[in-house]
Amino acid sequence: MTRRIIALFVLVLFLSACATPQLPTSTERIETGVDPEAWVTVPAGPFLYGIHEHEVDIPYDYEIMVTHVTNAQYAAYLNQALSSGDLKIQNNQVVGYYQGDPFHGKKHEEPIEAGDWPHITLQTAGSRLVYDGKAFSVLPGYDNHPVTMVTWFGAKAYCEAQGGRLPSEQEWEKAARGAEDNRAYPWGDQLERNQANYYSSLDIFEKVLGKGGDTTPVGFYNGQSYNGYTTLDNASLYGVYDMAGNVWQWTGNVYEGTHYRYLRGGSKMDYGYNLRVWTRNSVPPYYEGPSIGFRCVRGGASAQVSK
Amino acid sequence: MHALTNRFHFLFRSTKGLILVAIASISLATVFFGMLSGPMEEFGVKSWMVKNLGVSLLPQEREGRIIILYHTLAMAVVAIETYMITALVPMSKNQQANINATITIGYLTSFIFGLLFAYFGHNYVFHGLFIAGQSIVFLAGVMLTAVLWPWRKEYRIQDSERSRTRGGVDLERMAFFLMAVATLGSAIFGAVAGSMFGNGFESFLAEDIVREPFKTPLELAVIGHLHIMLTLIAVALTLILSRAYDFKGRLHKLAMPLMIVGTIIITLGVWAVVPFEAIAHVIINVGSFPVLVASLLLVYYGWKQSSDRRLAELNISKPNFWQRLKALLHDPVRFGTLWQMVYMNFVVTAVGIFMAIKLDEIIRKWPAREERIALTGHWHVLAGIIATIILLHYADMVGLKGRVRQVFGWVIIIFSDLAFGAVAVFETKRLFVDELSQQPLVDAVILLTDIGLASVLVALGALMFWRLIDLFKAKGLWKRELGEEVQETPEIVTAEPAGKEVLP
Repeated sequence: MTRRIIALFVLVLFLSACATPQLPTSTERIETGVDPEAWVTVPAGPFLYGIHEHEVDIPYDYEIMVTHVTNAQYAAYLNQALSSGDLKIQNNQVVGYYQGDPFHGKKHEEPIEAGDWPHITLQTAGSRLVYDGKAFSVLPGYDNHPVTMVTWFGAKAYCEAQGGRLPSEQEWEKAARGAEDNRAYPWGDQLERNQANYYSSLDIFEKVLGKGGDTTPVGFYNGQSYNGYTTLDNASLYGVYDMAGNVWQWTGNVYEGTHYRYLRGGSKMDYGYNLRVWTRNSVPPYYEGPSIGFRCVRGGASAQVSK
Repeated sequence: MHALTNRFHFLFRSTKGLILVAIASISLATVFFGMLSGPMEEFGVKSWMVKNLGVSLLPQEREGRIIILYHTLAMAVVAIETYMITALVPMSKNQQANINATITIGYLTSFIFGLLFAYFGHNYVFHGLFIAGQSIVFLAGVMLTAVLWPWRKEYRIQDSERSRTRGGVDLERMAFFLMAVATLGSAIFGAVAGSMFGNGFESFLAEDIVREPFKTPLELAVIGHLHIMLTLIAVALTLILSRAYDFKGRLHKLAMPLMIVGTIIITLGVWAVVPFEAIAHVIINVGSFPVLVASLLLVYYGWKQSSDRRLAELNISKPNFWQRLKALLHDPVRFGTLWQMVYMNFVVTAVGIFMAIKLDEIIRKWPAREERIALTGHWHVLAGIIATIILLHYADMVGLKGRVRQVFGWVIIIFSDLAFGAVAVFETKRLFVDELSQQPLVDAVILLTDIGLASVLVALGALMFWRLIDLFKAKGLWKRELGEEVQETPEIVTAEPAGKEVLP
């Protein structure tokens, strides 16, 4: 009898491992009250950068978006850019021109040459954008969630279309950490489960979709209660939301000797320690992932090739 | 008082007692600090420990904590291997006692004060003692290396069944000696960078910088250090088993030169990573091959020896395949120590080679955090397999018998391999599923990993509990082991090596 129970358990386990989860095609719309069109100013001055807390000075003010770029914002941008001819559709992808990276022939380095590069792929699993052959729209309920499945090229082009750019790693980290102390998270040193969207943080979406959960609406963790689920405010000292968790964020630096682009902030698929402000992730610039989004900055100097 | 003194003698002066203390220390640390991550963290145990046990877990110090934890555990493992070596390789009793005493003081000092420093508040005294402890372990290594010098006349051998030079130099002893030299040099390799004073070094986890196109020489030295130390721990363990199982004959004559050559090439390859990073890995791969072949020759010899012995007990002179297989599996403890070395090739070596071959084509297309999972999973499995081999060999040494031996052996083999296999799938999951579809697979392999590791920990806990209870008995196993120790300790030999029989 015991052997049969064990055999049945193993069989169920293997079958469950092979199951293909159904991706949600809609979600309940949650209004957070945080405006995704808002920007805040990060004042010039020094701050403690990285895990080793080197003092770095950013000698100019710059503005950063209060939230990630949302699906609604990106869909509107795509419709406008396609109609104006700034972008085009080619082989099931939205593509746009990029001037290319300097190539140094370093080991593992891939050449990123000038030409058309993908911004997003149409009708791909994980995207909340729908293209009907004429225009982009957003799956019901996801309009105020962060846009994902966008490549670095697509993120860069969006920010530039808004008169801004992707933040450099230093600009991003200063906006998250502030200039007052060496805090590990935008709000301090303690990470509570109801303060950010990360792996096994037990938020309301994980109850439906498992430990990886789903994206949360931008600005979700602001101290409000949603259907009995009370959040803590995760804004940084400058009032920037979701600089820890939800989805990774592209940064703008192009480094010598590597084609990788760096991501910050951690995501719904990562354990809490990945949400520390100095944690880096990297992918090739043409990578599009369901846990990768972005926000923009404007003003000050632009991100440049750096060592 | 006399009873206490006897038990102290057993725990801190006998080989089996010293190994027991070290395994118990590692077990306690594993159980305690294992609560701070994985499922225990998800269950809220970590938060409870922080609030109620005074554990300090500042997020800024996480990398440093992990580095210290790895070092404290490694010091204990190195001590266990040293106890085994001093018990198996011919040397004087004084030399054995001095080396064992030195390394015991060293590893316990670094273990206790390292963990206090890392998890219970920073304090320069704790950190100083952590470093001092490691320095004492290093001193013990110097002493061991000097004792292992293979060219002394009293250690030359005449036995034609054992690997030796024409002049009688014992090549197995030479392999031990070179392993010890390589370990000392590799420890310095890491220590020079890690000493930090004036060199500008900043602590890091190697898996976090693998994609950096420009690494400093100190970073390369630390990456080399952690790789070679784990490799040399594995080499040492292979040599220990070779000695313990009285490996000899044609295969021994082939295996020992391979082990010597492989150890030298791997070590030089790793040390070359600073000046010649581009070709270092090629050298390491070249050196790994003979070491792997040597270890597989030992596996073949050990399994044949084990099954032959059982077949002789059963009076079967011409066994068929199934009879031989049954005889081999009769003793899971002896079978398991060597099986784990074979299994390592599936879940560590094969995965590692695949990743190396497909690095740019597949692995480096993933997010760095996925590559990081693959890397950390990879070496956690390797470290875990080494731990199970030590555990099985210890069970063999203390003479587990009958049904307990069967249950203990099979639980360790089956459940650890279940866990290691599941981790291997987890670390390479991106080959099978994308991020959107991964949750069912992840949930299943994490559950299997937890079941496997929990079962191994229960078996380990039972073994430790049994030994603890035994210590309260006036005529317990501990007393017999202490008595045997006096007779068994190898003395200087002039002709034949001490081929020790450790089967119960």
